[in-house]
Amino acid sequence: MEATLLRTPLYARHVELGARMVPFAGYEMPVQYEGVIPEHKAVRADAGAFDVSHMGEIHVDGPTAQAFLQSVLSNDVDKLSDGDAQYTLLTNETGGIIDDLIAYRLGHGQFYLVVNASNRAAVYAWLKEREPRGCEVRDASDEYGLVAVQGPRALERLGLRDAPAFTHAMGELDAIEVMVARTGYTGEQGVELCCAEDDAVALWDAILERGVTPCGLGARDTLRLEVCYPLHGNDITSETDAISAGLGWACALDTDFPGVEVLRRVKEQGPIRKLVPFVMEERAVPRQGMPIDGGGEVTSGTHSPMLDVGIGMGYVAREFAQSDSELVIDVRGKPRRARVVKKPIYRKEQ
Amino acid sequence: MPAAETYPDDLRYHPEHDWARVEGDEAILGVTWFAQDSLGELVHYEAPATGSTVAKDESYGEVESVKAVSDIVAPLSGEVLAVNEKVVAAPETVNDDPYGEGWLIRIRMSDAGELDSLLDAEAYRAVVAES
Repeated sequence: MEATLLRTPLYARHVELGARMVPFAGYEMPVQYEGVIPEHKAVRADAGAFDVSHMGEIHVDGPTAQAFLQSVLSNDVDKLSDGDAQYTLLTNETGGIIDDLIAYRLGHGQFYLVVNASNRAAVYAWLKEREPRGCEVRDASDEYGLVAVQGPRALERLGLRDAPAFTHAMGELDAIEVMVARTGYTGEQGVELCCAEDDAVALWDAILERGVTPCGLGARDTLRLEVCYPLHGNDITSETDAISAGLGWACALDTDFPGVEVLRRVKEQGPIRKLVPFVMEERAVPRQGMPIDGGGEVTSGTHSPMLDVGIGMGYVAREFAQSDSELVIDVRGKPRRARVVKKPIYRKEQ
Repeated sequence: MPAAETYPDDLRYHPEHDWARVEGDEAILGVTWFAQDSLGELVHYEAPATGSTVAKDESYGEVESVKAVSDIVAPLSGEVLAVNEKVVAAPETVNDDPYGEGWLIRIRMSDAGELDSLLDAEAYRAVVAES
């Protein structure tokens, strides 16, 4: 197995930094350097850098690119101007989620999608199969390095001016040409920097020289879960719909895309099961796959480094979905109480 | 501060990365430096009840880090006399001091003969080297 694992351009840097490497989505990736908890806290208090070069980048270009993306993505692509970015979903005919992704409008008829590493092949195949005349879908994942720099001091440490969230612009860091996107998946202010693959090591070094803490996939997971961002493969899948997952805000139901009729119906009738965030009321760490009394299931669970309690998300029957509802989770045979909370689980001001 | 890698010579070891410190007919049990390092910072210790019995080679509790959960295997059989409540309240104590403040339970051994099957520090270091 190990021989078949791919490596990002930063692999050697991770090993030099003493990272613990694990297989993830076909890549050998750093799960942690110093430790999940200190890395997590560095992002909440200052700034952390994540190698996300394993993620897929797909270009969609041509005169019909915009109309094509509007017909396959859940959100309203027509709302994007040059320099904008948008969280959106690729859905199947039954309203299931093939992937969640960010669509960037680079220019007229020029779009760029950043997709989950584990879904890169499926997304590319889905788009390529449906590619209309006047539009080219191209998987450019191996041409770029991608580094997320996240935290309240991320922009300051990189010497970048603030910009509205979900925008992007070309820029430079130590003379390295980068696309700077005001996006991320940690709930903190920050950027994602995309550069040519050959520049990735220089970019990484330039970021760390500015005092940013290297962070692994472990902290990426705890950070996103504290702010209730769903993880495809856990909380959302090709079997779950966006409305039940609480992602209706990323679905323009007045546009046409695969499965939209299903989503309209779920919205009208109300979901049977809903994805809810919860906090443990007893000492225990919930984990993916644990049953929740009443037919529910934990889809993501961990120990919150900021709150120092077990937290998670899971699908529960709608009668248990109100905030403050009590849940009972089967933690390896032991019933443990949890409480449904409002999103996000962790909020900075508290 | 996480502890440095050590495997004290005065302890007996189980290949599942557990240690025992024998004191008369009692023993203090815990997990080794290797075990806590593999897991990362511990966030939960699911301890057995005082008065319950533990059986050699079987799980008597769980320790969890952010990323993973691991069974704790008993190196010896016996009755649980005490649980380290400090670790229940602050599981990271195990990372800081796995052989001291981070002990997990104290037992009264039911079969001192089991000691013969445990590893000494040198033999355990060889197990770690192969892990």
